[in-house]
Amino acid sequence: MIHPIPSGTRDVLPDEMRELRAITEALRDVFGTAGYGEVYTPALEYETVITRGELASLRPAYRVFDENGNVLVLRSDMTVPIARVVATRYPTSEPPLRFCYFAHSYRGVRPQRGHPREFLQAGVELIGAGAPRGTAEAVTVLCRALDAVGLARYRIGLGDASLYPALLDSLGVVAADRARLLDELARGDFVGLERGLRDLAIDDESIRLLLAVPQMRGGADVLHGPAGPVADAVAGLRAVHQLLEAAVAERVIFDLGLSRAPGYYTGAVFEVYDPAVGMPLGGGGRYDNLLGEFGRSLPAVGFALEVDRLHLALAAEERL
Amino acid sequence: MSTNGLVIAVPRGTLFEETLDWLDSLGIRTDEVRRNDRKLVFDVGLITMRPSDVPTYVAAGAADLGITGKDVLMEQTDAAVAGAGRDVYELRDLGFGRCTMVVATIEGPDPAAEALRRLGVIRVATKYPRVAARYFEDTGRQAEIIEVKGSVELAPLTHLVEAIVDLTATGTTLRENHLVVREQIAECTARLIANPVAHKLKAAAIDELLERARAI
Repeated sequence: MIHPIPSGTRDVLPDEMRELRAITEALRDVFGTAGYGEVYTPALEYETVITRGELASLRPAYRVFDENGNVLVLRSDMTVPIARVVATRYPTSEPPLRFCYFAHSYRGVRPQRGHPREFLQAGVELIGAGAPRGTAEAVTVLCRALDAVGLARYRIGLGDASLYPALLDSLGVVAADRARLLDELARGDFVGLERGLRDLAIDDESIRLLLAVPQMRGGADVLHGPAGPVADAVAGLRAVHQLLEAAVAERVIFDLGLSRAPGYYTGAVFEVYDPAVGMPLGGGGRYDNLLGEFGRSLPAVGFALEVDRLHLALAAEERL
Repeated sequence: MSTNGLVIAVPRGTLFEETLDWLDSLGIRTDEVRRNDRKLVFDVGLITMRPSDVPTYVAAGAADLGITGKDVLMEQTDAAVAGAGRDVYELRDLGFGRCTMVVATIEGPDPAAEALRRLGVIRVATKYPRVAARYFEDTGRQAEIIEVKGSVELAPLTHLVEAIVDLTATGTTLRENHLVVREQIAECTARLIANPVAHKLKAAAIDELLERARAI
């Protein structure tokens, strides 16, 4: 008898499980050594809690009613639940706080290659450590983790979510127009971005700059351009770069166009790439305002790796 | 010159010739592709496929770059799904293959307007069900979208539907079938798209190619 399971979900059998377990154990070891304590939170949360304030835009894909009529949601990531945990369970603890997790999250997506509804994430959250030091620690732990998993050819794209908004601001683009342009950028639609910019009442020089910046990616040289609005905007990334040890820095691609969903990122953002896989293996960034939504205002940074994609990348690297 | 080690997805069909001309202008040798209409993989770094498959190959990283119509990209981008984000980057409007996505109905009094007034819903045949559904939703009209694979013009002629959403370049096919354009949804041209990971890891190769394109 064949009994189906929902599209975008899957069963894991012993052969695969052994390989996934080897990955998560290697990660657990690295996170533990770096001082990150493992936590687990419920997959179901109250909608009113998890979508407070600015977080309403995250729109969890799965909602159910409990027996009392409360709306429960399946978490779409672990960052927001851990922010809730910090505010609730560690209201007075001296920061920084370090947590790691291995947990499933849920998203509504078109089921196709690499777009599961339920996916296992392994990640860390560093709470109460500001930029640039906290960011450098997170990127360093990320590199150690990927090394321990056994990936040889990965790179880390490092950008800044506040860079393009700051640049638009400094060139006099008003907030109403900014949202639309940032949306084009987030969707990677550079044609739409150009159209949007040409509709604005700004000079050609500014348009050229605003089109060129999101395409700037590469070594540390992209951080050392001439003085001006771009140099100001990348000051944060330069500060992170100075704190990275050589082995980590050589894995980093600075990417001034990098932007990441969800929208709670406030500063540095990063993504993990492997030449053998066509999509990022994970990523993260700074979310300095998220904890404030839960009443304990602390700067924070974290990342999540998708375990299935790490596995895919390992298998693909073997083929090369 | 070559593709700099990049794999480029080339659409067979109406965009084929102009895509090859554009690649020629970048100095990429396309004579073997022109000579051979069965072969799929070419040594110069080109692979050929249906236009609607181009985003699929590029999103998965099986090709680094690709050329396809904006109509295909509009149909395959699902704005309704939060977090699905960008599967491919849209780097450049190549300008050729210009078409318009339109709503068309039988000439004379507009049967779609009458259907909406009397029946409350317009039946619409299209090869672009997502584009059509989104457009009617955005303009506040109820529509029943019927997906067809072949000649869309047949659907209103046989009273299967009151309206069609389709791509038109010259309007000749519409005119021959006594259809008139009632609304324009979007201008569509060929676009250069890139895999987001390749865009970072092969930045130098991609930028050099774009520089060559800018020079022409």
